[in-house]
Amino acid sequence: MSTTTAPPSAKDEAVVPQRNPHRGRKVRIAANTFAVVVGLIWFFPIYWMISSALLPNSEFRSSTPVFVNLHPTFEHVQGVLSDDRFWSALSVSARVTAIAVVVAVFLAFLTAVAISRFRFAGRGALIATVLVIQMIPAEALFISQYKMLDGWGLLNSVFGLTLLYVGIIVPFNVWILKGFIDGVPVELEQAAMIDGCTRFGAFFRVTLPLLGPGLVTAAIFAIITAWNEYTLALVVMGGGNETLPLWLQTFSGANQATNWGGIMAGSVLIALPVIILFMTVQTRMAAGLTAGAVKG
Amino acid sequence: MASPAPVVRAKRPTPPTDDAPAPVVRNVKRRSALPYLLVLGAVVMVALALGYPLVRQFVLAFQEYGLAQSFGMPAEFVGLQNFQEVLSDPYTYEVFARSLIFCFVTAAVTMIIGVFFAFVMIRMSGWARTLIQTILLLVWSIPIVSSLTVWQLLFDTRFGAVNWVLERAVPWWQDDYNWLGQATGMLVIASIIVTWMSVPLVSFMAYSGLAQVPDEINEAAELDGANGWERFRFVTVPVIAPVLYLIGLLQIIWDLRVFTQIKILQDSGASLEDTDVLGTYIFRLGIGQGDFGMASATATIVLFLTVFVTLPYVYQLFKNDKEETA
Repeated sequence: MSTTTAPPSAKDEAVVPQRNPHRGRKVRIAANTFAVVVGLIWFFPIYWMISSALLPNSEFRSSTPVFVNLHPTFEHVQGVLSDDRFWSALSVSARVTAIAVVVAVFLAFLTAVAISRFRFAGRGALIATVLVIQMIPAEALFISQYKMLDGWGLLNSVFGLTLLYVGIIVPFNVWILKGFIDGVPVELEQAAMIDGCTRFGAFFRVTLPLLGPGLVTAAIFAIITAWNEYTLALVVMGGGNETLPLWLQTFSGANQATNWGGIMAGSVLIALPVIILFMTVQTRMAAGLTAGAVKG
Repeated sequence: MASPAPVVRAKRPTPPTDDAPAPVVRNVKRRSALPYLLVLGAVVMVALALGYPLVRQFVLAFQEYGLAQSFGMPAEFVGLQNFQEVLSDPYTYEVFARSLIFCFVTAAVTMIIGVFFAFVMIRMSGWARTLIQTILLLVWSIPIVSSLTVWQLLFDTRFGAVNWVLERAVPWWQDDYNWLGQATGMLVIASIIVTWMSVPLVSFMAYSGLAQVPDEINEAAELDGANGWERFRFVTVPVIAPVLYLIGLLQIIWDLRVFTQIKILQDSGASLEDTDVLGTYIFRLGIGQGDFGMASATATIVLFLTVFVTLPYVYQLFKNDKEETA
């Protein structure tokens, strides 16, 4: 591994061109080692969650933590799946998430188009509002949101919670989508219009297809927000209408020190759909980048 | 190398600006109602979900609104009495101080680790980057409530792996140390959890910012005799500064609003008095004790504090956006 005399190696696998091949190689080895070590540290809690979810109850009691689970069992998962309250919470979460995502992404998309492609009075104020709203912490408003839903008879209701979620998701999604729409050069649309498209035709045929990754990103953000949210759900939901995070908390509080395996199984089950979604769309997100479509 | 993991490239909130979008020339001459129609739905929903509660909260903050009023008694306006009560209570200042310290320590640690990750990621091989990005993506995607349970298990007094390791690695570590039994231990755990789950987003965003630094400029600077530090200072930093601003803003907002982690750790045994942060304190006042007037007054102060803390950043974002599209 001579680093002083070897001629510049023609390794071009790196994404970043090597400016100094001798030094670059050493740096890369160090960086790779770092990736493995830090990756393992960051991954450990997830490993522990899965391993414990599959760990027989008898082994939880051992004085030494079981670092490698040699007797995986599905008893905890089955336990959770036979819990009626889990299924009822799943139903609430699924409904809240589905409605919130559809509504929020659609509305945010229209707003982002307006902000990105039009100049109109109040545009600056709208952008400022979008930014400022994201700064408002949930706890700064949940008292009055609780009173509001209480007054409308929407406490413990899917619609009440969904309304609050849409309010959180829309501003952030506007910001995400505005970025993506800004990234599609207007020249593409103008070229289509010169070729005979109407303005709407140009937008729908040229720009919209390029916004797939942006819409997917926005939708994922929306799904994750609604599925994972705990604070507002804790404040406005109850009376048997719990979301999954609330269910997990109740379940965890009741079973700590007696059924860690069940708690971990529940945690994995809640996390699983989100993770799968994330990983499925990951490759799709990489496609459709517009860089290079117009060379200036 | 099969999947070169440009995962995050599509995820950045601010796509590339080096090919600056041409000035938008539409609608200069013709006033149209179209943009207003487009934003109408979003504006209505946000006004319902956030705008109305905001107004309602200002009103509540100036009212005597306790349990009696919740059961039908008309709420009386009491002027600044709620604020006076909140601001003359030393405990309020304790909660504020605790929240601010928690926020800035956690946000700073997260930023340092995340940005450092990004710098290392730029330099590693494809497979290593795929590995670490996949792991970070996993961590990022785990719901907070799920990861909280496993962290509680890890730090559990008797069954926890952390105590087990520390008892063997640190000679003076006491047996069965109860992390949640005292405020410092609990807040440290909360901070670790928040950092662990926030680093992925920070490093992704910083990485996509770094990946945008044009190689040509770097090479040109090198030819002109700039050394590593100078290239970093005068080429890399200016390009990624806006991205870092955005991440910093988000971290501060998110860490100041930390609620779930603290609330859940409190529920599993930590003392309330010494661990309350802004969110849990307001929750306790309002939802817990039914004192909506006091809770609203505190929440209003928190609101102004948040706006005050982050206004410079928002101004910067707003300005960047104007420059980009003007």
